[in-house]
Amino acid sequence: MKSFDYLRPETLEEALAALSDPDTAVLGGGTNLLDLMKLGVALPDRLVDLTRLPGLDRIETLPDGSWRIGAMVRNADLARDPGFAAAFPMVAEALLSGASAQLRNAATLGGNLMQATRCAWFQDPQARCNRRAPGSGCDALEGANRGHAVLGWTPACIAVHPSDFCVPLAALDAQVEVAGPAGIRHVPLETFHLLPGEEAHRVTALEPGEIVLALRLPAAAAAFAGHARYLKLRERTSFAFALLSAAAALRVEDGRIAEARLALGGVAARPWRCHAAEVLLESAPAAPDSFARAAAAALETAAPSGANGYKIVLAERILARALAAAAAGTPAEMPALPGSLMDDSDRETAHA
Amino acid sequence: MPDDIAPTRHQRLGSNAGDPHSRLDGIAKITGAARYAADNAPAGLLWAVIAGAPVARGRVARLDTAAALAHPGVTHVITPENRPALHKDPDLRAALFDWKLDLLQDDRIRYAGAPMALVLAETAEAAAEGARLLAPEIEADPARIGFGDGLAFAAETVGIGAPPATAVGDVEAGFAAAAQVTEVEIETPPQYHNAMEPHAIVAQWQGERLVIDTPNQAIVMSRPSFAAYFGIPPENVHIRSPYLGGGFGSKAILNPAQILACLAARETGRPVKLVLSRAQMYGPTGHRGATRQSLRLGVDAAGRLTALSHHAVSATSSFDDFLEPAANAALNTYACPAISVSHSGSRWDIGTPGPMRAPGEATGSAALECAMDEAAHAAGLDPLDFRLRNYAETDPATGRAYSSKALRECYALGAERFGWKTRPMQPGQMRDARGRLLGWGMGTSLFPAPMFQAEARATLRADGSAVVETAASDMGQGAWTALAQIAAEGLGLDLAQVEFRSGDSELPDAGVAGGSGHTATAGSALYSAGRDVIAQLTALATADPASPLHGAGNRAVVAADGWLRIEGEDHRRESYAAILARAGRDALTGRGKGARDPAHAEARAMFSHGAVFAEVAVDPALLQIRVTRLTGAFAAGRIINPKLAESQLLGGMIWGLGFALQEEALHDRRSGRLLNADLAGYHVPVNADLAEIEALTVHEEDRFVNPLGVKGVGELGITGTAGAIANAVWHATGRRVRRFPIHPEDLA
Repeated sequence: MKSFDYLRPETLEEALAALSDPDTAVLGGGTNLLDLMKLGVALPDRLVDLTRLPGLDRIETLPDGSWRIGAMVRNADLARDPGFAAAFPMVAEALLSGASAQLRNAATLGGNLMQATRCAWFQDPQARCNRRAPGSGCDALEGANRGHAVLGWTPACIAVHPSDFCVPLAALDAQVEVAGPAGIRHVPLETFHLLPGEEAHRVTALEPGEIVLALRLPAAAAAFAGHARYLKLRERTSFAFALLSAAAALRVEDGRIAEARLALGGVAARPWRCHAAEVLLESAPAAPDSFARAAAAALETAAPSGANGYKIVLAERILARALAAAAAGTPAEMPALPGSLMDDSDRETAHA
Repeated sequence: MPDDIAPTRHQRLGSNAGDPHSRLDGIAKITGAARYAADNAPAGLLWAVIAGAPVARGRVARLDTAAALAHPGVTHVITPENRPALHKDPDLRAALFDWKLDLLQDDRIRYAGAPMALVLAETAEAAAEGARLLAPEIEADPARIGFGDGLAFAAETVGIGAPPATAVGDVEAGFAAAAQVTEVEIETPPQYHNAMEPHAIVAQWQGERLVIDTPNQAIVMSRPSFAAYFGIPPENVHIRSPYLGGGFGSKAILNPAQILACLAARETGRPVKLVLSRAQMYGPTGHRGATRQSLRLGVDAAGRLTALSHHAVSATSSFDDFLEPAANAALNTYACPAISVSHSGSRWDIGTPGPMRAPGEATGSAALECAMDEAAHAAGLDPLDFRLRNYAETDPATGRAYSSKALRECYALGAERFGWKTRPMQPGQMRDARGRLLGWGMGTSLFPAPMFQAEARATLRADGSAVVETAASDMGQGAWTALAQIAAEGLGLDLAQVEFRSGDSELPDAGVAGGSGHTATAGSALYSAGRDVIAQLTALATADPASPLHGAGNRAVVAADGWLRIEGEDHRRESYAAILARAGRDALTGRGKGARDPAHAEARAMFSHGAVFAEVAVDPALLQIRVTRLTGAFAAGRIINPKLAESQLLGGMIWGLGFALQEEALHDRRSGRLLNADLAGYHVPVNADLAEIEALTVHEEDRFVNPLGVKGVGELGITGTAGAIANAVWHATGRRVRRFPIHPEDLA
């Protein structure tokens, strides 16, 4: 493979200085980047390993009640952090529904946010892909695209974002803390990943030289802990990306929905926040009719990008299912098969 | 059905065979001490990487060999322009097991991933980067992949030299006499072996001798194939293959990487190591070719088959002819007076397919069992009842008696364990506690019980221990253990007293580890070598007046636990060591052969059988499918090691699950490149997919297959399972999906 330099900065300043070089890639757990390098999709001249930067492995609550999670926190550590999992159970469930135990032990929060689409043509350096090679075209349009986007796509790109983790984060108004030459700024996770327009090669809100430093979850997001679920449709019971997924969180007061938070995974180039559906649910009874109406609204603008029209129907159904599951209450214990439609563990609820 | 359905205990041969020994090589494998081919690193090693073609059809116009050679560490770039001559034309098939190979003979591209060049370097990384720097300029032609784009052709042979069509009885008359005719079309996709261990070779020349470390399923048999490319006698090829991390057929056939590495080693005068990447295992190393199968089943008013026709279009490469013999599944499974099977080919721009675990039987039984299910339903019959009405008492293809066939017992045991009798006839009738649709389906498993040719040597040593030798292949199936058990049995020694040497071409030929016939073949040779030793030892003892066995004459001498004794006179006994010592012998060597008695082979049909019952749960709204229960009951002759046999059967059933719901290679339409040439994209089952799975064996004695009564279990489990799961999906949902694997959207 291509030779590259490997840098392991000790301070954030050193890291940012190293990133000023354009052909530099940032290394976290390496569970996606190293694959892309082996495939010849990523060909950096140097890698900047952030895993030794001080302080980025912390999970902490701030004085205002919000949570701050460092970019180098491993997926497994975050999912198994008792305080975090209690406050944000659907985030923990999403994390545990993803990949395999080995990958979760290695993968980092920052790396999860920055991971690339698994679109087969993006991962093939010889293929036409506007996301990887601007202006080259999109081979996915004419290919085996049953897993591709039904929302927010353009003919330039029909890829979907692969993350499970980011789906509940988008629903819960998470903010991405970004560090760069100009200092620190915050970007809503919901818009951190960019949708394609006429072009598709810019995939996140990061400017050149910027890195993800941490993730913030507002204190208000923990108010949904009693009614929050992540559900994932996939063709293998574990170790498979979502064909579709949904995160649903409710605040229920006297049988009525006070507030709802909803997002879909596997439908677009970003985790898809469903604002219109959330509005419809406010003050509605926590009942199947409300869920069906909201789910239909969420998919109103959906359109197939290929042989994936079935995903629109199923996305509606998985949203309604996730809402019903959330209304029933967060399980007292993490399901044996987190996020799985095939889980049979007990349904005692924690906070209902 | 018999009342007693409890699994019968297997009759043990003696102290060794029949024991559920754990693998003798298990600790070496889990501690990393077992040395696989790619673990070898002789001094002076060069690393080789194949630069594979980026399109499926066309020609290589230019390669930037200068750029590759300029990369630090790169030593050689071999392309069609400078490739040293080979002694044999790679496009010539000289023997039955020869495949045409892409060995840089010209600039044509015949499939994606075909070698365009070989880059040699001092490190693996430099070789890989050198290959990337070749930056090929390609003149590409459109890829012809898929039954729509492939070129149809008439088949000359299917499988390994088998006839493409067979007919028994008057099929048209059979259909005319039928009360109902069921017609079914089923498609199966290209599937890849995906052995855990990638194909690898370390090749070095010692003068005119070629020494290679490479995983190989036919260690001695493949020597001539290697030798032919280099114009050396087969005995000059030394193959070491102590362990294979899975083979499944793909390591029984030479692949281009092996010959190119040997060529590079000869050219450079240095040892060369070549390890394929996972992605490179999708192309030049064989796969299970796609099939499109059409079946017609005529059934009379009594629910008996009157005619059965099975035609398969099998995909192969543009330049070679291996065709998945899928339709032959109809020949031996169900009683029917008129059967017609036939095959034709479809040429695609892909690597040539080859044998992959149950080649033909897996694809063919998947289609046949689905068709049987449809016919049963059309006839208003329970699927098991329908199969029993069509139970073949003799082989439908030949009329021969079976050497043994305990399929009825398999049906009974499996159905009882599964609880089949409460199955509702109509689909969509069952739900689990969570409201998921449940469905039950079944399938018949069938696999031939072949034997090949093998030889073995057994040497009794002065201390009464023994060494036994044959060049068998342990692919992970447990040959190191099961064969040693048989060898110990033949010698009348405890397993611990037997040193088993295997996996090396300097040892006697054990034949091929394929066709589920390795235990039967190599085991028979080992057993008879042991018996030869015992016969010689008995002769020594009974002829010696000083021996307690002297003059035993015709009275039976029994060999057990390192002693010879006279049956019924237990005090008349002597240890092996004592007999040798008195005879002044420091060793005694016996030889044995394993091969089928030709008279039995002529007179009997020989198959392993089984019945698989599947339960699936389907989410009624989201259409996710999960196999919640799999019960298999199998009859495969004598079981040498129940633990290993169960693992083999479970592994086959799990493969069947992957076949039904997951496995599928996808190609880019334009370039023909694989879209999912890795284990993230090409799904095989994970542990969480297996909710409840059970493999049972029923007692079966077979006096004809071989003296040991051993059939085979390696490929049996996959047959029957894929169809059983598809039938269960129908029973849950009412949807007949006629293309494997079954996806959620197929149920929408």
